[in-house]
Amino acid sequence: MVALQISSEQVFDWLSEVPDPEIPVLTIADLGILRGVVIKDEIIVELTPTYSGCPATEVIEQSVIDALHEQGVENVRVKRVLSPPWTTDWISAAGREKLKEYGIAPPAEGASKRELLQGKRSIACPRCDSLNTAVVSEFGSTACKASYKCGDCLEPFEYFKCI
Amino acid sequence: MNQDKALLAYVSRLGDNALILGQRMVELVAAYPELEEELANANFALDFIGQARMFYSYAGELEGQGRGEDDFAFLRDENEFRNFLLIEQPNGHFGDAITKLVLFESFYLLLLEALTHCSDERVVAIAARAEKEIRYHLRHNTHWFVRLGDGTDESHERVQGSVDSLWQFTGEMFAPDEVDNVFEAEFNGPDLFNIRKAWQANVESMLADATLAMPEDTWMASGGKQGRHSEHLGYMIAEMQYLQRTHPGANW
Repeated sequence: MVALQISSEQVFDWLSEVPDPEIPVLTIADLGILRGVVIKDEIIVELTPTYSGCPATEVIEQSVIDALHEQGVENVRVKRVLSPPWTTDWISAAGREKLKEYGIAPPAEGASKRELLQGKRSIACPRCDSLNTAVVSEFGSTACKASYKCGDCLEPFEYFKCI
Repeated sequence: MNQDKALLAYVSRLGDNALILGQRMVELVAAYPELEEELANANFALDFIGQARMFYSYAGELEGQGRGEDDFAFLRDENEFRNFLLIEQPNGHFGDAITKLVLFESFYLLLLEALTHCSDERVVAIAARAEKEIRYHLRHNTHWFVRLGDGTDESHERVQGSVDSLWQFTGEMFAPDEVDNVFEAEFNGPDLFNIRKAWQANVESMLADATLAMPEDTWMASGGKQGRHSEHLGYMIAEMQYLQRTHPGANW
């Protein structure tokens, strides 16, 4: 009966607080992977995974279930929605700002096939905004990040790859 | 072969290619001499294993006998895997590993693009996700391929050797069997003839950039798609499945 008394907006709001396990300054709503909440006989939470092999997927699904249990909601099911595929364009403006403050350069907007194949674009340093930056490694601490360094403030930083 | 059987076989074969290649790459984890390549390889392997999980989960649902992704990966025998022979070849040296990846991924990318236009929604969704990942892989791996081919005399010679020895395994990717034919006809699946033409053009230009010679037309090995594998697959599967075979149902 609990399910009948709460709205999907309410559930969405609660879930908007759930942090991403790998980049905890971002919530799953900032990241754009929380796609929707459907209330039927049970509460169905729709999530879209970022990368196919993202090891955080299961952790996120469990956090969603735990967050709703804390609100006294028991009858929860997580549904993985693959289509349309997640893109970094779904990261919210607030999310981009939080990433930058955290020291990770947010992904360039407008993920395109061209971008993926050629990937030549100046990335601004999240600390001093300089465009005098260079790739150190196309790969970083997680599948979604690349490593950069800034030629002006000389700090290394991570860049959230555009996909 | 009816439509349902063909779809199941097709999807589980996509899972086999992704898993076996991912597992081969896992063998190189912690073995690369340089951190960037170490991370690249591990991340790419993870993409393949993630793709395999999505294909296998779907295969399990299509089959409807309660088998899940782990049953497909860990509880089938060698002859039930239908991956290409190319995929299961040992890693060899760095040039071999990179050559294998560019030859396969330049095919796989075209295949995934075509699959995003097939009529099965779930395959479309998985292919759309995977296509983006493979595009990124191919960019990185092609850079290496060109750098090795157009590098020192030593690297040029060795990577030409890789191309020459792996070439015989490329024909199988384009040889349609009943599963491919039914999938193409009933699900608007990929046309392997067109994919071959596009692949040939891409590989020719990649070889030219890398100053490498295109191998002569040669005899092509086949059998992977029918479950007749080279001796290399059995050893790999034995290692991969050891834990589930020894402690059935082990979980953590």
